[in-house]
Amino acid sequence: MPEIVLLSRLQFAITIIYHFLFVPLTLGLILIVAVMETRYAQTKNDLYRRMADFWGKLFTINFALGVVTGITMEFQFGTNWSEYSKFMGDIFGAPLAIEALVAFFLESTFIGVWIFGRHKFPQLRAFAIWMVLIGTTLSSLWIITANGFMQHPVGYTLVDGRVQLTDFAAVVFNPYVWYMLVHTLIASYIVGSFFVLGISAYHLLRGQEINFFQKSFKYALIIAVIASIFAPLTGHLSGLNAARVQPIKAAAFETIWESGSRMPFHLFTLPKFGNDGNLIEFGAIPYLGSFLYTNSPFGEVQGLNTVPISERPPVWMVAWAFRGMVGLGVLFVVVALYTWYQYARKRLFKARRLLKLLVYMIPLPYLAINLGWVVTEVGRQPWIVYGLMKTTDAISPISIGEIIFSLVGLVVFYTSLIVADIYLLMKVAREGPEQPLSAEGGRIPSKASAHTASDAPGH
Amino acid sequence: MFVKRHDASSHESLKIMETVVRIVNVDFLAILWFGLWALLWIIYFTLDAYTLGIGMLYPFIQKHEHEGRQLQEAVGPFWNGNEVWLITAGGATFAAFPLVYAEMFSMLYVPLFLILFGLFYRAIGLEFMDKRPYFFWRKLWMWAFFGGSVIVTFLLGIAFANMFYGFPFTAMENHVNLMQLLHSYGLLGGLTFVSLALLSGLLWTNVKVSGALQTRTRNVAIYFWLVALSLFSLWMVGTVNQTTLFNNYNRFPLLYGVPVLAFISLLLVSWFIIKNRGMLAFLSVSLTIVLTFATGFIGMFPRMLISRLDPSASITLYEAHASMLTLTIMLIVAGVFVPIVVAYQLWAYRLFSQKIDPDEAKGYS
Repeated sequence: MPEIVLLSRLQFAITIIYHFLFVPLTLGLILIVAVMETRYAQTKNDLYRRMADFWGKLFTINFALGVVTGITMEFQFGTNWSEYSKFMGDIFGAPLAIEALVAFFLESTFIGVWIFGRHKFPQLRAFAIWMVLIGTTLSSLWIITANGFMQHPVGYTLVDGRVQLTDFAAVVFNPYVWYMLVHTLIASYIVGSFFVLGISAYHLLRGQEINFFQKSFKYALIIAVIASIFAPLTGHLSGLNAARVQPIKAAAFETIWESGSRMPFHLFTLPKFGNDGNLIEFGAIPYLGSFLYTNSPFGEVQGLNTVPISERPPVWMVAWAFRGMVGLGVLFVVVALYTWYQYARKRLFKARRLLKLLVYMIPLPYLAINLGWVVTEVGRQPWIVYGLMKTTDAISPISIGEIIFSLVGLVVFYTSLIVADIYLLMKVAREGPEQPLSAEGGRIPSKASAHTASDAPGH
Repeated sequence: MFVKRHDASSHESLKIMETVVRIVNVDFLAILWFGLWALLWIIYFTLDAYTLGIGMLYPFIQKHEHEGRQLQEAVGPFWNGNEVWLITAGGATFAAFPLVYAEMFSMLYVPLFLILFGLFYRAIGLEFMDKRPYFFWRKLWMWAFFGGSVIVTFLLGIAFANMFYGFPFTAMENHVNLMQLLHSYGLLGGLTFVSLALLSGLLWTNVKVSGALQTRTRNVAIYFWLVALSLFSLWMVGTVNQTTLFNNYNRFPLLYGVPVLAFISLLLVSWFIIKNRGMLAFLSVSLTIVLTFATGFIGMFPRMLISRLDPSASITLYEAHASMLTLTIMLIVAGVFVPIVVAYQLWAYRLFSQKIDPDEAKGYS
């Protein structure tokens, strides 16, 4: 039984993180493609069409994996968490079904229209891609609505030991949902914009398609600057909210064991194995701990020792994930602003080291956003539904053989798909965009003539 | 005068309200949702049948690269939207009948994961195979597309044949292993769905493409039909003999119209193939799939998970449904969005209604 709990959790963690390697880029990159399509619809400049085609192709490769890894999530609540599904069904199923009806149909139908219709019906390009954008964004709203209830249950009563919906509006307008949603979307825009910055930098370093990648770089940079500034702000608000409704999770961010006011923040902490205090802590920043939780340097903070050990999350994991996320968030602000500074002084394309750095930065926003979800989900433990149901009570009556079968299958097959996907993304990203169309409709073979053709409007 | 009329009308509306409450009680909503639940699964099976069918035919039916691209374009704009009907059906099961969702998905643990793995590879196989020009890459993903489609079709057939057949569970012991699902009736159900999907995929290709590929699909369609008809007939005989589905039919003999129409519709497919009416042939086989699954769901009513060991342990819609509030909200959401979804999906089908020419097909490159 304990093994099945552990393996079920491991399987869920693996499948959700695999899934979330694709989702943020879907959410972030579609915004940039939509901006390019809009510019193309406005100006009819063929350069924007090529930009949308190139970044859109990368989007579709990524999107395909997002779709297939997403289905697992919906199956899994029933296959592996059937007790949870019975307990939560009255509230949890509805957002999932609404997500499919409202969001998945929109994105899947219109991505098909875009992929297969963009050459035949160019007038539909911008419309189709905006529909996909609306679909992906609505999808994040509904799945986070479902997750929000697990963090902060609202609008329910308990009937026969099960959750029953009493107020749908309360579930949808759960403040926890909106904090998480905005922070997740902004973090996804960081993923998308750094992805475009990195690939553009790769080509700019090689002097390929300068005009094309300069423009792409500019759009991505605007989004990167805005998003990386807003990420810490929304993150802080989410933290304040977590401290209000999930004080124990919040205490784990900073490993605060004893309640108190004027709490410092430690840059490095190592909790004891017994989960009842810190073994090592250093690098204290005075008052920052209280500020993060209460918005005031003198605020009162509830410590982990106010609940029994059995109701504390694995503090080390939450605390380290939190530090990793925050540290990376600060790095993104610095890099984005410095890149902007170089760009504004028109020295960017001589700053080769910065461009090289941007190429290697591509994976870091993925890491940050997943660490953020580790903070959220591991921080909620040992509860699967905060304060209502423990994770250990939520699993299905399955055998150990079955879970090993599914776990091994998922890891092997997911890994094979991800290897292929990353290979394909890298290949397509390195190849760069297709050559522009010449006046006769054929491809212009030489690179030198590409600029004149792409600048001429009216294709 | 005014006040009086107001009184009268409010009395009237009170009476209407009472009637509404009497009719629209939670059982009524649950029965309505049983219908919707069945409908969502039926839409999924019918739409994905042609995609799965083309996946199973893909390595064998094409003679040139451009024919492969034609096949990709025949399903490309639609397969993902079709698959969302599966997610919607699963989500609706969860939302409207949480108990069924929990029991059904954990009972079908191994087949569902195999279906899941199949869904990975058919999707990625289809989208990736033409993205690189290398021989090995192309073959690998082509066979992934094929293998994924075979597994999904066969196992979905087996899973739903078992839904109709019933599972060996009791009120105390609700664990079922894979081997218990692979009885002759289940396997026959799997093969029947495979044959119907193959026929559907073949006829959809016939409708969507022009050139040599179209002629080829037309020439072989009648053989696929013969296989489908034989398996379908065998499976129906099995359904009569081995399941409890026809109890409902004996109670309301008019219902026999549904399986009879399924059979007639399948017979009509051959007529349309011979008369070279591709679209009608495709629609007939689709109608056969609709009515076949409808036959099963009607026979299950009001049971949603049938126990073969103890009929009283069967889970019915009355005990599995969600609260009145959830059912009502979901009904409103479905009532608004299902028509919208159907409208824009039909729009997409119309948008891509032109025959796919072998020389112009681009596929997923």
